[in-house]
Amino acid sequence: MKEKILTNLRIVDPSQEIDEIGNIVIDETGKIKSIGKGSETSKSVEKINLKGLIAIPGIVDMKAFVGEPGFEYKENFRTLSQAALAGGVTSIVTMPNTKPIIDNVSMVDFIIRRGRDKAKVNLFPCASITRQVEGKQMTEFGLLKARGIIGFSDVNKTIQNTELMSRIMNYASDIDVLIMQHAEDYELSKNSCINEGEVATRLGLQGVSDIAEKIIIERDLSLLSKFPCRYHINQISSKNSLDVIKKNKSNGVKFSTGVSINNLSLNQNDIGEFRTFLKLSPPLRSEEDRLSLIEGIKNDLIDVIVSDHIPEDEESKRLPFAQAATGSIGIETLLSLSLELYHNDSLPLEKIIKCLTFNPAKILKIDKGTLKKGSDADICIFDLEKPWMVKAEDLKSKSKNTAIENRKLQGKVKMTLLKGEVVYSD
Amino acid sequence: MATVKKVSAIKNTPKHLLGIQNLSVLEAKEILTEAKSFIKLNRGSSKKLDVLRGKTQINLFFEPSTRTQSSFDLAGKRLGADVMTMNMSNSALKKGETLIDTAMTLNAMHPDIIVIRHQDSGAPNLLSQKVNCTVINAGDGRREHPTQALLDALTIINRKGNIEGLKIAICGDILHSRVARSNIYLMNMLGAEVNVIAPKTLMPKGIDNLGVKSYTDMKKGLDGCDIVMMLRLQNERMQGSFLPSKREYYEFFGLTPEKLKFAKKDALLMHPGPMNRGVEIDTKLADDINVSLVKEQVELGVAVRMACLKLYCK
Repeated sequence: MKEKILTNLRIVDPSQEIDEIGNIVIDETGKIKSIGKGSETSKSVEKINLKGLIAIPGIVDMKAFVGEPGFEYKENFRTLSQAALAGGVTSIVTMPNTKPIIDNVSMVDFIIRRGRDKAKVNLFPCASITRQVEGKQMTEFGLLKARGIIGFSDVNKTIQNTELMSRIMNYASDIDVLIMQHAEDYELSKNSCINEGEVATRLGLQGVSDIAEKIIIERDLSLLSKFPCRYHINQISSKNSLDVIKKNKSNGVKFSTGVSINNLSLNQNDIGEFRTFLKLSPPLRSEEDRLSLIEGIKNDLIDVIVSDHIPEDEESKRLPFAQAATGSIGIETLLSLSLELYHNDSLPLEKIIKCLTFNPAKILKIDKGTLKKGSDADICIFDLEKPWMVKAEDLKSKSKNTAIENRKLQGKVKMTLLKGEVVYSD
Repeated sequence: MATVKKVSAIKNTPKHLLGIQNLSVLEAKEILTEAKSFIKLNRGSSKKLDVLRGKTQINLFFEPSTRTQSSFDLAGKRLGADVMTMNMSNSALKKGETLIDTAMTLNAMHPDIIVIRHQDSGAPNLLSQKVNCTVINAGDGRREHPTQALLDALTIINRKGNIEGLKIAICGDILHSRVARSNIYLMNMLGAEVNVIAPKTLMPKGIDNLGVKSYTDMKKGLDGCDIVMMLRLQNERMQGSFLPSKREYYEFFGLTPEKLKFAKKDALLMHPGPMNRGVEIDTKLADDINVSLVKEQVELGVAVRMACLKLYCK
């Protein structure tokens, strides 16, 4: 590979607190050689003028489902990575709820090999916290970590057993593994498919109170103060949960928190008359909750924005709401939808980018989400102003269950680089 | 002078009856006016009309039902339609067929009307997107039961002359009741004031935003009411621990002659049936023809369904 220089870009890199116009020089090995104004280059370089565009570190999406193995008809490594790159995502944390479930060492070897062969992005696989995500027995954290597992998650399932959870935390604290919890009390959420309240009452659907989320967070954070491990709350959805997080953070408890872009951009009213693509977990809640989540990002109570990319085939969604599958795709629209929060003055650009790049990398302890000299040149280049409309059929994911069909967005990825190579350009 | 053509509100709008929420006042009133004309017919000796002659009506019942199903059956037949009733609670769905597939199969037989009852809220909406014929909701999950509310309205109008200005109490398991929801929308729309009365565990969240006042005390909730609608307490709710016991429920929420006195002197009692005597209602009260409208509700149910079938079928 020849040395490359990307010129006249606005470079936004929260890891170095940079927001300036300048150039990015990428060396022959695909690493960042220098960034900034006075970047000197030799003559034999490939020069790409990207005036008017913004460069940020490649996005790190901490929660996406890849259908392999077992659900190839919903998504596979190839389609997921195409969707990701079109959305400026260069690093993906993949979920273990495949078929079979990634809860043992041989499965890890399989998906790492498979991902390496088929995907053109950096993949960071998760294993499940408990075997068969049954919430009964912990997986081999140590062995799995040694094989390349980035963290542990039962995805959209919660460890209900408090004793088990305390042991998981206790054990994990010793070997420095990341535990990612979905917060939902099953007794309270039984049969529910939507937020509790007027909308649920009108639609005649079983609602779930935000208490179901709060109660698990409260429990886990209590345990965490006794067994301090690397603990991450996958996605929160309500103001009530934020209050708990705030209290614990101010008491010095160390943990991190994520939120889905869906919960930041949509509320329960968007479900309209049974739009099953908006059946999500945690559910979309009230506008008040949505606004409080934005405040949560502003106040550093929420660290990460994820796509919560869950591809589902049409058959699983074309059912009465209560029976329909949960989740929506979103990795390709993650950045654009996040930029909506900039355009409507909800959040500063730097903050949004930080939650998409530097913060997740820091939590995962990976050398990504930065444009620092010497790091891999994983770069997302986008046009902040470009208007476009989300059309399901244009999305690269194998499944088309987007929650924001026909939404008019502003800001679109123009080019994605992976280790210095242009892997996507619009 | 040009003759003024009578314009139907319903003919100009989408052809499905999915819920009272989707209905305008004009449409609701049109159904009620039409239904009135059928009351007399149904009481006469010759009950058959031919307005739906040549039309096929399929009653698709995924949930067991006695009165609604037979009422729709009769209504269709009296209008001259060919009526087929399919009891789906033990049919194709058990073989793994989805609602959409069932709908597509039936659609291929070119029905003109599908009347659907389903245990999932929103099932009729989904169905209506996939078939070419009229869809009429005969009760979906806990969302809506529009023809029940319409027949309740007709029953009230028949007795009280008008709904506007009346005070109506709906008591019982509001949380799980589609009848309550449809009645809240319709009675509000027609100008009544609606109170709902239930123990807290059976009161849905956000109910006040639907335009009602909610009470947990029968005395306060019934105060000044012209109509008392009792809802069925489903036995299966007991297992979910919504309530301590039937006995306790009856004590505080069962309608007895004493509690009925909290309402207006000439207050009338309604119940969508089937009744649990001694659970939500005193058995003598239920049969008291001076107070109870239960039989009239069933009677007018046929008229209302005839009106719906006639107006919605193209």
